[in-house]
Amino acid sequence: MKIEGKNATILKVLALVLWLGVMVFAGKAFYDHRNWKETVVLGPGVTSTRSLHEWFVPLAGSTNDCNVYVLDSGVPGSTILVLGGTHPEEPATTLAAELLVENAKPTSGRLMVAIHTNRSASTVTRPGEAYPQFYSIKTDWGQKKYRMGDRSANPLDSWPDPETYVHFPSGQMLAYMDIRNINRTWPGRPNGLICEQTAFAFMEMIRKEKVDLVIDLHEAELEYPVIGTIVAHQDAQEIAAMASMELSAGEFRIGMEVSPRSLHGLTHREIGDFSDATALLFESPEPFLDRVRGATNEKLLLTGQDDFVLKAGKAGLLYWPIDEKGWPIELRVGRHVATIEKVLEVWGMMYPEKPIALDGLPSYTELTEKGVGAFFADPSALAKDKVALE
Amino acid sequence: MNDAVMILYYAMTAFFAVCLAWNFVKTKNLQKAFLYLVVLMPFVMRLIRLK
Repeated sequence: MKIEGKNATILKVLALVLWLGVMVFAGKAFYDHRNWKETVVLGPGVTSTRSLHEWFVPLAGSTNDCNVYVLDSGVPGSTILVLGGTHPEEPATTLAAELLVENAKPTSGRLMVAIHTNRSASTVTRPGEAYPQFYSIKTDWGQKKYRMGDRSANPLDSWPDPETYVHFPSGQMLAYMDIRNINRTWPGRPNGLICEQTAFAFMEMIRKEKVDLVIDLHEAELEYPVIGTIVAHQDAQEIAAMASMELSAGEFRIGMEVSPRSLHGLTHREIGDFSDATALLFESPEPFLDRVRGATNEKLLLTGQDDFVLKAGKAGLLYWPIDEKGWPIELRVGRHVATIEKVLEVWGMMYPEKPIALDGLPSYTELTEKGVGAFFADPSALAKDKVALE
Repeated sequence: MNDAVMILYYAMTAFFAVCLAWNFVKTKNLQKAFLYLVVLMPFVMRLIRLK
C-alpha cells in the first residue's frame, strides 16, 4: 500500500510507536528474567559461601561466576561436589542442590554444592518452544519463585557459535551449539568461550580442593534412552552398581551404565580422566522435555503430567514408564536426594578411611508426601547473612 | 580472538540495524515499513543486550 505526504509521516510515526511498545514490553520481560535473583537459605551445615572465580580469576564478575556452598563437618573425610543446574531446563537438579544447601549437615567429610553450574543458561529460555519464564514452588509460607532456564548458555554471554564445535582436548567434532552446553565442554580450557572457561574453573576447584567424587544432576525426556539411571566413570562403576541395586530393591527403580570412553566433554568422562576425582551423573524423568508433549507450561514442568507423552508411553514409544500421575517434581527431586544419600553410604562402605555422611536430609517418602517446598525456609524471616542470592 | 569475532558480529548487527532503519525512513509502502520494523526488532534486542 503506497503512502504519500502528511499521511505517510503520521502512519510511520504510529507504526514506530507501536513498535516501541512491543519492544518495551518484550524487552522488560527479557530484562526481568535475566536479572531475577533467587534466594537461597544457608542451612545449619553451610560453613562458607565461595565464588567460582576463586579458582579461576578471569571468571570474576562474569555471568557464570556462580556461588559454591561449602558444608564442612570439620571431621576428616572425603570431599564431594554436587553440581545442579548444568542444564537449567531441568529444575529437579537445582531444587535438589538447593535442598542440600538448606538442609544437609555433614557429620564427616565435606560437601560442596553449586546450584547453578551454568548460570548463563539459567538466564535464557526457549520462547520459540513456549517455555515459561518462571515457575513457583509451594511452601508452608507462600510461593517461592524460580527462573526457568535453557540447556545451553545465553548467546549474550557466548556468541557467535562456531560452525562446528571442536572439543578440547580430544578434537572430537560436536554440534555447533554444544559449545554453549557445559556438559560438552569438560575439562574446559582457560582461553575458551564461557562454558569452556567455567568447566576449567570447576576442574581447578576439583584439583585444588582435592575433591574425591563429583555428582552431576540431570533430568531427561522419556524418549531418551539414558534416563532413570546413574552414569558412572569406570572408576566409580562399583559404587554406582551397588547404589543402583540397593535403591531398586527398595525405594525406586534406577539403572546404571558406564560412561562411554569415546564420547567427550561430559562430566562422567572428563572429570574422571583429568583429575583424581571420579564422577557420577544422575538422570531423573522430566516429561516437559519430551518432543511429543502438549502444552508447554509451568503445570507440565511441575506435575510431569501430559496426555501426549502418556499416549506415547501406552504405544511403547518411550524408554521410561509413565502413567496418569506423571512425574511430579517432588518425585524427581526425591530420586536425586535419595540417590545422593545412597551413593554416599556406599562410598563410606568402600572407603571407610574417607567417609562422608550427611544428616538433616528428608527421606524419599517424606519428600514425596510433603513436597519439596516443605523443606525450604522463608528467606524474608531470616537475617541477611543467612540468605544468599543466586 | 573470540572477543574480536564477537565484536565483529556486533558491528555487523549494528550495520544491518542501521540499514533497516534507513529503509524504514525512506519507504513509501506501509506494508514494507511494518516489515522493516518487525525485522529490526531482534537486531536492536541484540545490540542493547536484552535477547
